[in-house]
Amino acid sequence: MSTKIISLVSIGAHPTSGRPRRAEQDARAVELGLQLAGDNLQVLHAGDVAEPALRAYLGMGLEQLHVLEQPQGADALPALTAYLRDAGAQVVLTGSQAETGEGSGMLPFLLAESLGWPLVVGLAQVESIDGSTALVLQALPRGQRRRLKVRLPFLATVDNAAPKPRQSAYGPARRGVLQADEVEVIDDELLAVATLQPAKPRPKRLKVIKAKSGADRMKAATAKASGGGGQVLKGVTAQAGAEAILKLLIEEGVVR
Amino acid sequence: MLNTLLPILLFAALGLAVLGALRRVAMWRRGRASKVDLIGGLFAMPKRYMVDLHHVVARDKYIANTHVATAGGAVASAVLAILVHGFGLHNRFLGYALLLMTAVMFVGAIFVYLRRRNPPARLSKGPWMRLPKSLLAFSASFFLVSLPVAGILPENFGGWILAVILGIGVLWGVSELFFGMTWGGPMKHAFAGALHLAWHRRAERFGGGRSTGLKPLDLNDPSAPLGVEKPKDFTWNQLLGFDACVQCGKCEAACPAFAAGQPLNPKKLIQDMVVGLAGGTDAKFAGSPYPGKAIGEHAGNPHQPIVNGLVDAETLWSCTTCRACVEECPMMIEHVDAIVDMRRHLTLEKGATPNKGAEVLENLIATDNPGGFAPGGRMNWAADLNLNLLSEKKSTDVLFWVGDGAFDMRNQRTLRAFVKVLKAAKVDFAVLGLEERDSGDVARRLGDEATFQLLAKRNIQTLAKYSFNRIVTCDPHSFHVLKNEYGAFDGNYLVQHHSTYMAEIIDAGALNLGQHKGSSVTYHDPCYLGRYNGEYEAPREVLRALGIEVKEMQRSGFRSRCCGGGGGAPITDIPGKQRIPDMRMEDIRETGAELVAVGCPQCTAMLEGVVEPRPLIKDIAELVADALLEDAAPSKPGTPAQREPAEAH
Repeated sequence: MSTKIISLVSIGAHPTSGRPRRAEQDARAVELGLQLAGDNLQVLHAGDVAEPALRAYLGMGLEQLHVLEQPQGADALPALTAYLRDAGAQVVLTGSQAETGEGSGMLPFLLAESLGWPLVVGLAQVESIDGSTALVLQALPRGQRRRLKVRLPFLATVDNAAPKPRQSAYGPARRGVLQADEVEVIDDELLAVATLQPAKPRPKRLKVIKAKSGADRMKAATAKASGGGGQVLKGVTAQAGAEAILKLLIEEGVVR
Repeated sequence: MLNTLLPILLFAALGLAVLGALRRVAMWRRGRASKVDLIGGLFAMPKRYMVDLHHVVARDKYIANTHVATAGGAVASAVLAILVHGFGLHNRFLGYALLLMTAVMFVGAIFVYLRRRNPPARLSKGPWMRLPKSLLAFSASFFLVSLPVAGILPENFGGWILAVILGIGVLWGVSELFFGMTWGGPMKHAFAGALHLAWHRRAERFGGGRSTGLKPLDLNDPSAPLGVEKPKDFTWNQLLGFDACVQCGKCEAACPAFAAGQPLNPKKLIQDMVVGLAGGTDAKFAGSPYPGKAIGEHAGNPHQPIVNGLVDAETLWSCTTCRACVEECPMMIEHVDAIVDMRRHLTLEKGATPNKGAEVLENLIATDNPGGFAPGGRMNWAADLNLNLLSEKKSTDVLFWVGDGAFDMRNQRTLRAFVKVLKAAKVDFAVLGLEERDSGDVARRLGDEATFQLLAKRNIQTLAKYSFNRIVTCDPHSFHVLKNEYGAFDGNYLVQHHSTYMAEIIDAGALNLGQHKGSSVTYHDPCYLGRYNGEYEAPREVLRALGIEVKEMQRSGFRSRCCGGGGGAPITDIPGKQRIPDMRMEDIRETGAELVAVGCPQCTAMLEGVVEPRPLIKDIAELVADALLEDAAPSKPGTPAQREPAEAH
């Protein structure tokens, strides 16, 4: 018995040029799907069927890609929920966060919630699928893996721990079929009232290397980020609080 | 007795030869159609053979003279033998002519034999070791059987024994020369070679011409194959070309990838294509194998995919497209075309460009440069140079094509040096700035014809908006693509390499040049400037103008060795035993030069990647910029220049 696997894909944007492309993580979801299901993998997109970047997914060797046709700004969630419920999918793979649009990373969670399925975040590998459960590896920080037993059907997000996507080739991309399905369009009211602003990278704390020996540096490089160095000030006067902050800033070399 | 036996032998061999020829032609016809002037080609063939082919062969005087004697003697002997012994025209004059021709052939065959006594590694052994003996047998036997015709010896001289011996000699000779020619023996090269010259895919190469641009794929026709998957996907005249190979191994001796121990041998590749077109295994190949790959493990036929059956993918990705093999090939076979054709299939259909290939191609699509840099940073190198943008100026004399070297800090020094030279010569020039895109060179050599055509068409669209007299670039790869490969998409421009342009402006006296100081200099010919475009002289002229006497390397000019940077080879990065730039640096060190002048950003990068201590690497533009003399007019001697102290804030 073959397991029905669906990968969800979105339109990505190249980090330096901003041009549309296949989204990095979604491409990994397709790659993982292809490794698991081969030609039986179904790939699904909610959006504009005429977007040329979709062909980049077809170039990975897909014969067709289903598109739930929606204008920009429509809510993808109800359409995807309805489709997945009817499609009888047992494993649904998707990237963790879209590169364009809202990019909140909430879609997998909302989708799992409305389907009532378990969600695995940071899927690295599917070890086995039998009957009603799957054994999967979840990626944790610093290369650690956690083995999970999940009941089918389930939804999983992949991130950069999943296998690298295969090259997209021109021939299959040109031949592949973009199959449009008409669905009821529901406007995303939240997005309509929200204002979008460009993301700014968070300022990074400068790293001061205090280590004297190689062993110390190794420790600093490999140790887990740990809190504990901080101090909780409670019920102190404004004066005392300000002094404590100033003391820390002088220690850190921010104020001289 | 011989008088009855000889015609039978001759005509039987000829009949078999015709059958073999028909069979061979049927094999070639499995290939795809190709537009060729069939009749005109046949008429042009003798001249192509006598002039163009001989010109290549004559680089090796020994074998050129040997071949003239042997082949000329053989052709004349064969024709005369058919007249005299086949049709029985026992004319004394013809007899003497036949004697003379067989004697000439015999002498030639002796020299072939001598070359084969201790053959260099590049030559194939096997049946090729038999060939000089067959030639000797043919010429000697026909010489002896023709003596009575000339009236030197009486008829029936030597009786039965001699007749039998001569009969065997003739049988051996005609088998090799007539029947072996079309049934796959070593003499196949004469038959296939002659037709290959007649129906060559790049007829422009003959008569001193040059044709080096890759042929475009028709991407508008969805039924046309994207590159070559199976031998039958080659055009029929490409298949014919493979069959013309004489296995002389000149390509093998010139191939940088072979020398570096990467799994490529151009000769073996062509022979594998022959195996592919005829069907079989490579077990009978009697030359050097692909380094690190045993012979006899690969097989193929016209209808079976080539890669991972007949040839491994690494073999195709080892090529630097330096064209040294094509330049050396006396049969004018197009190895690089074949390799790129097969790469096209791997990239466009299989998505199997190795190592960094996929990433580079993705970057080219998304950012118009192979490094994936933000396209907005393309002009950062010239932030302080106040360059004219063509988008503002609309028309200019010189369009300076910057190339992707704009993103590379080392190459930025070259670009800035060249701008300094242009400004010193008061040239009216401008750049495209952010409108420029990668020329598509690397995409095309990696087999991604689709991305190449995308970039080419967009560049051509941009260029069409402006008016300029010529394009000048510091990058031979852009130079080649703009000059030779954009024409197929209606982009025809006057394109010059910066060395050619500098030679021109120096010649016109536009530059106030001093002399190069110090170190001795050698010059490294970039493949895409030299072999691809025939420009060997201009860079040397520029160096001479700087007072430099170039200490030439042994491998220079058309025999220059590749730096290893072409054809996407640094991207696909197929491992070998040593690195190509290290070998090239060894060539440079042999001259004792302390500085090597280059004219290509790829060569600069590859050669500078060789560990120190090694000679310095400088672009020609940098050498010229260093030797520029400031205009002496404003500062008079005696009055020290008034300098404002620089203030730093």
